[in-house]
Amino acid sequence: MNRLERHFQQARASNRKSLVVYLCAGDPDLAATERLVPALAEAGADVIELGVPFSDPLADGPTIQRAAERALRSGTTLSGILDLVARLRRQGCEVPLALMGYMNPIVRMGPEPFVARAAEVGVDGFIVPDLPLEEAGALGDAAAAKGLSLVLLAAPTTPPERLRAIGERTRGFLYFVSITGVTGARAALPADLPARLDAVRAASRAPVAVGFGISTPEQARALAEHADAVVVGSALVAEIARSGGRGEGPVELVRSLAEAVHSVRAS
Amino acid sequence: MSTPDQEAGRFGKYGGRYVPETLIPALDELARAWAEARVDPAYRAEVAADLRDWAGRPTPLTFAARLTDSFGGAEVWLKREDLLHTGAHKVNNTVGQVRLALRMGKRRVIAETGAGQHGVATAASCARLGIPCEVFMGAEDVRRQAPNVQRMQLFGATVRPVESGSRTLKDAMNEAIRDWVTHVETTFYVIGSVAGPHPYPSMVRDLQRVIGEEARAQWTERLGGLPDAVVACVGGGSNAMGAFSAFLGDPSVRLVAVEAGGEGLGTGKHGASLTAGRFGVLHGSASSVLQTDDGQVAEAHSVSAGLDYPGVGPELAYLRDSGRLDVRTATDDEALAGLIDCCRLEGILPALETAHALARARDVARELGTGKRLLVNLSGRGDKDLLHVLAELERRAPGTRT
Ligand SMILES: Cc1ncc(COP(=O)(O)O)c(C=O)c1O
Repeated sequence: MNRLERHFQQARASNRKSLVVYLCAGDPDLAATERLVPALAEAGADVIELGVPFSDPLADGPTIQRAAERALRSGTTLSGILDLVARLRRQGCEVPLALMGYMNPIVRMGPEPFVARAAEVGVDGFIVPDLPLEEAGALGDAAAAKGLSLVLLAAPTTPPERLRAIGERTRGFLYFVSITGVTGARAALPADLPARLDAVRAASRAPVAVGFGISTPEQARALAEHADAVVVGSALVAEIARSGGRGEGPVELVRSLAEAVHSVRAS
Repeated sequence: MSTPDQEAGRFGKYGGRYVPETLIPALDELARAWAEARVDPAYRAEVAADLRDWAGRPTPLTFAARLTDSFGGAEVWLKREDLLHTGAHKVNNTVGQVRLALRMGKRRVIAETGAGQHGVATAASCARLGIPCEVFMGAEDVRRQAPNVQRMQLFGATVRPVESGSRTLKDAMNEAIRDWVTHVETTFYVIGSVAGPHPYPSMVRDLQRVIGEEARAQWTERLGGLPDAVVACVGGGSNAMGAFSAFLGDPSVRLVAVEAGGEGLGTGKHGASLTAGRFGVLHGSASSVLQTDDGQVAEAHSVSAGLDYPGVGPELAYLRDSGRLDVRTATDDEALAGLIDCCRLEGILPALETAHALARARDVARELGTGKRLLVNLSGRGDKDLLHVLAELERRAPGTRT
């Protein structure tokens, strides 16, 4: 069992809620990411999504688009990110790591070689926002063969039957997209989100993480009542941009989010 | 010839639906609505009437006598999509999609555009059918294609300049997809070429098929038999698929696809996705994509905004692999020369995109030889390019332009 699946199994057993954070690998450079990952884990992030920058991030809003541009400018590549994961693991960093990125760089490397290298260096799972259920077969099978999790996404527009199929096929957790839209912090989340999340959890055996638009500890705490995990991306990316990859800002943010999420107990 | 796996939106290993989950139910809804509409006599009659009474179909088949003499080979015939309302083949597709949007009860239309022809055609179709329209256009293209921006605005559309990435067609399409993800329940996305997720590649091809079917009927009636070759330029591939699809099953008809060679294939500054692309995923489908070794999508380059695209429709990639297509490129310089030839010898100002097809038609005419006949799809007129072409000519040979 990989770290991701083990984490959620233990969290369920102990009625704990989890904080998942996203940062774009290589923003502003890979050295910064190498410092940040263990520090964010230390500050309470239970799972870290390492964004793989892509030239055409069509599910992302401006904050993460700019982060990808910075990362690409500093020469970040998919294989450089895999090397980074290898270094992190050698340094003893054991936080569950999922790579989050678009399909084309994976296709270019080849799904099988990609999964093989990811498994070798200590990646636990993948989140691919432009890979819906119907297209996920090959990568999902390759991942499963190496014991890694391909996390599928569901959205507010996903009809109930399809949601059940996604819940069956996803591994690690089910990523529920909170809003009909692209990534980016939102002042207000949809009023019916808690009710939707309850329905999603009823339809899925896998733990449910909710993400997109969540930026404050208050939002994170409120949603943790209705999900197994809360994902924060753009707010952290914005903080990393503000701090230029240095300083305590990102760590402080994650600490306050983790406190909020961990204060909620599953009933 | 039927295309394999069309139901699943697959053309061999190409095609598919690589988009965020949020859009999948909308694509399912669209595929269902299109499957119904395309065989519904009422919808077909509406679209045919729009194309006849408003857009000016059928378009003529013109014998290009002086181009034929100049090329010194096969006879050159032109399918005159430049004479369509709004100036290019794009309107064949937008009329069909905007009618479909109304049928589906959508209240807002969005589109991406490169050269601006698809944007203008969408804006005009929306004006006529009374539905609000927003067009995403790369900031670089807004500059290159200013007259089309003004036309879209006159038709009541809102033009949204896109400042991200290379600020051209690819980025306009990213932004249109992001808008669609955000407003999917109310909005219909009119894609301008045979690209994007299923069902767009086959739907747009079917809507553009009128070019080839009409040309074929005109050809049979006037000349008998079939052309020996059909030549079309390829950006995303919609005018090419529209012209080619009526001849796919006729092995005697050579299908010549001409891509943007830009400043030359060796320079890396081009838009030749079929010639130099590699298997990849862009804008919702698997196809042949210009990209780096690391899988980042490369910036395309072409003197013509409509061919300045690093991807290409999945069906074209499939037909290339199967050997059915003869894929060639024409450089910026060759296209400009082709444009001038067509002006001087035929009294027709073609679009810069189309000029790529004319540039290679010269070689094809010579290869076929006298006694043979070829058809060039004259996909659009060049009024939009006038200032840009004059500036490019001036840049190449200062003071000599006439
Ligand atoms: C006149 C004309 N021809 C060709 C194209 C290229 O598109 P496609 O390859 O889809 O026909 C364009 C695109 O803007 C165009 O305006």
